[in-house]
Amino acid sequence: MVLGCVLLSGTAWSLTPQQARALAVGETEERIAALNAQLAGADEKTVALIQALSDDAVKFTDSAVIVMKDDKGHDPVTGAEVAVPATAEDVVNNNQMRSELDSALATIKLFSKDDKVRAEAVKTLQGEPDEAKLPLVEKAYAAETVPAIKEAIGHVRAAMLLGSADTARRLEASRSLGESGTPATKTLLLERQKVETDAAVKGAIAVALGRIEGRLKWGERLGVLFTGVSLGSILLLVALGLAITYGLMGVINMAHGELMMIGAYTTYVVQNLFRTWLPGWFDAYVIVAIPAAFLVSALVGAVLERGVIRFLYGRPLETLLATWGISLVLQQAVRTIFGAQNVPVENPKWLSGGIQAMSNLVLPYNRIAIIVFAVLVLAGVALLIARTRFGLFIRGVTQNRRMAACVGVDTAKIDMLAFSFGAGIAGLGGVALSQVGNVGPDLGQSYIVDSFLVVVVGGVGQLAGTVVAALGLGVLNKLLEGLSGAVLAKIMVLVAIVIFIQRKPSGLFAMKGRSAEA
Amino acid sequence: MSTVTGAAPLGHPERSERSAAGDAVMLRYAQDDMRVPHGLVRRWSGIAVALVVVGVAVPVANLLVPETGALHLSDYAVQLIAKIMCYAIAALAMDLIWGYTGILSLGHGAFFALGGYAMGMYLMRQIGSDGQYHLPMPDFMVFLNWKEFPWHWALSDSFVAQMALVILAPGLLAFVFGFFAFRSRIKGVYFSIITQAMTFAMMLLFFRNETGFGGNNGFTDFKRILGVTIATPQTRMVLFVITGCTLIGFYLVARAIVGSKFGRVLQAIRDAESRVMFTGYDPLRYKLAIWTFSAVMCGVAGALYVPQVGIINPSEMTPAASIEIAIWAAVGGRATLIGPIVGAFFVNGAKSVFTQYLPEYWLYVLGAMFIAVTLFLPQGIVGLFRRVRR
Repeated sequence: MVLGCVLLSGTAWSLTPQQARALAVGETEERIAALNAQLAGADEKTVALIQALSDDAVKFTDSAVIVMKDDKGHDPVTGAEVAVPATAEDVVNNNQMRSELDSALATIKLFSKDDKVRAEAVKTLQGEPDEAKLPLVEKAYAAETVPAIKEAIGHVRAAMLLGSADTARRLEASRSLGESGTPATKTLLLERQKVETDAAVKGAIAVALGRIEGRLKWGERLGVLFTGVSLGSILLLVALGLAITYGLMGVINMAHGELMMIGAYTTYVVQNLFRTWLPGWFDAYVIVAIPAAFLVSALVGAVLERGVIRFLYGRPLETLLATWGISLVLQQAVRTIFGAQNVPVENPKWLSGGIQAMSNLVLPYNRIAIIVFAVLVLAGVALLIARTRFGLFIRGVTQNRRMAACVGVDTAKIDMLAFSFGAGIAGLGGVALSQVGNVGPDLGQSYIVDSFLVVVVGGVGQLAGTVVAALGLGVLNKLLEGLSGAVLAKIMVLVAIVIFIQRKPSGLFAMKGRSAEA
Repeated sequence: MSTVTGAAPLGHPERSERSAAGDAVMLRYAQDDMRVPHGLVRRWSGIAVALVVVGVAVPVANLLVPETGALHLSDYAVQLIAKIMCYAIAALAMDLIWGYTGILSLGHGAFFALGGYAMGMYLMRQIGSDGQYHLPMPDFMVFLNWKEFPWHWALSDSFVAQMALVILAPGLLAFVFGFFAFRSRIKGVYFSIITQAMTFAMMLLFFRNETGFGGNNGFTDFKRILGVTIATPQTRMVLFVITGCTLIGFYLVARAIVGSKFGRVLQAIRDAESRVMFTGYDPLRYKLAIWTFSAVMCGVAGALYVPQVGIINPSEMTPAASIEIAIWAAVGGRATLIGPIVGAFFVNGAKSVFTQYLPEYWLYVLGAMFIAVTLFLPQGIVGLFRRVRR
């Protein structure tokens, strides 16, 4: 309650019993008038009384106003303890009075020494511009030193001016409001536009509205682009593993989504271990979860390859059914171990929150992190396949298995390693998904159709195609979502893909020559 | 990067030889059907037995044998068998397109559901004003505050029109989809994946309330069919007999197709499509014809399924439901005609036992079935029997 920040030196006068009574008792309109009259010169005691009124801690009798604190009555003017007569009634505030009290308090808080309190206070005031508080806001605007808060107070001031009876003031206000780009100012201007009678002001408002709308549109467009790229980067993480197992090895792995699920559950387990054993390092758990998820998923992948998939090379349809069976078993296994409910995975502190890029555009840190992560994983995979000995072996076995075996490549081992590498990438995808969505046994199912489509559209065996297809599908999906809603957008994307595949059966980056028919 | 993009997609030369050998085995089994000297009696005795079971034995055991009698068949059992017979029709349809033509569809659930929805629309109209709101519109439309029927419900009070729709809706979708897909020579896994995308898109579409098919609740609470109360044992028995006869009928049609020249071309397409083309056949027509027929079969199965199970909703269109149809055919035995029927009964029988007594283990069993059949039983249960007999 230390709002001892009432810096209205000079004009301040102390609260009188009459004023206290005017604030607490009477018709709502009269009380509001009294409140606004006293606000400009409020001292600590007035502030305390307003706060108490707002907290419903004031009683009144025929002659006195009593502030209740810890079940004891106090006189608002002297602060001395007084007895509470049995006849004392509670002061009742209706909604209008309550919002007036709140905005009065917010106005006073504009003079707080704490930046956060001031920023918070401006936000409260933005909703209800009221010319009566204009002098105080002007004063706060002049005294403000933090640029962001000063700007915000400026807008509040302009909004208050907009309601002014003076045409010149309104004109000036609509001009300065045009500089802002928040949806709130737009509503404000729209409301004023309805009741405005002066032609000049009306014109100024229209101009301001046009400018704000233009800016908001940009925010929206960038927002769509960002969510699209964000979805695309998730699809990319999902599809990269598939591009290796399906594209390079020709294995249809329907259990790919479940390998992601395993990665996400590994993240969950690592999180819990950190919470129990290293609570001080909790924010670092994601860093540890990344290699852990890769290893666990890769291990499961290796077991699957040795146990099932190696018997099915060259029979893609059979592989499809067998891996579907594997996915059912893995899902049920997770249900048995962790339960059928979703498990909670918490963002570390450095991944929660976001950048306020524009008034209507927030870029969450976890989404940005996933985009960066996807780029890193992509670079790693591309380097590994193009530049390392292991990558050379994978390419060799893919292109000509017999010749690779003849020159001494252990093809069976390469098959296993490549498959478990793809599975490990899926595990990495799982870590990313655990930071933005629910972690449950069905996690893999929701992405499997999408990710196969990415691989198919991109062209089999094509990392570059996978990247373009993932980003393209992500952005297209979000664009259409804006136009027609999520479900219809999804349907349209699926139809578009089916039509696309009719036109280009081997994907965006078709292979040419003899290898294409292999 | 450039070296990556130059890589061949599916290069396992010696492995594809192995699979060619596997196909030869399949072909031999397929020929067995024809080569074994079936006399007229052997050819038709099984059909006669099936007809007697469906048309006489089950009705008598259910309706005439007293409930305390040892031979009594409960209503639950009749309903279960009827449901599985519908599944068996779908599995047979899957076998024609997958087992005999080598095209694995992961979208047959969409055709099944389309047939079911066409029947369901008629059944919804038959409820009349007996719904919860006692209005002539179906409850879900009242709930959406719709005042008149949307255009696709225009003929829904006519039984004949809806039965035509049972055939036309899946048939037309399959024809258009298949025409474009086969014309672009989309085959193998690609085709499987886009059929999966198709059923997924259909599912999303039918989940929307605005589509006019009851959203995620679908159609249920049916009261009458052709003016007759649907819940009585007699009505159910009539539906059961119709389903059984339809299954037997489709089996005979499938047998005729497989034995005909048309059917031989289908199997040739499965085993070596390029060679079929070089000999002067146009695979597009053959594939399109059997694909559309298979979809229509599935639609009819769905239409028979809905009045007996009493509900149809978009969950029939999930990719998982479509893959299950494939596993019925695979478990029973692909490229045999009796296989898919055996498979549908085996898998769904096991499903009802497990979901009743050990529900948490059913997915393990189903998953294991997928793996075991592909690894150890490429010819399914029927193939296993043949191997034992030999």
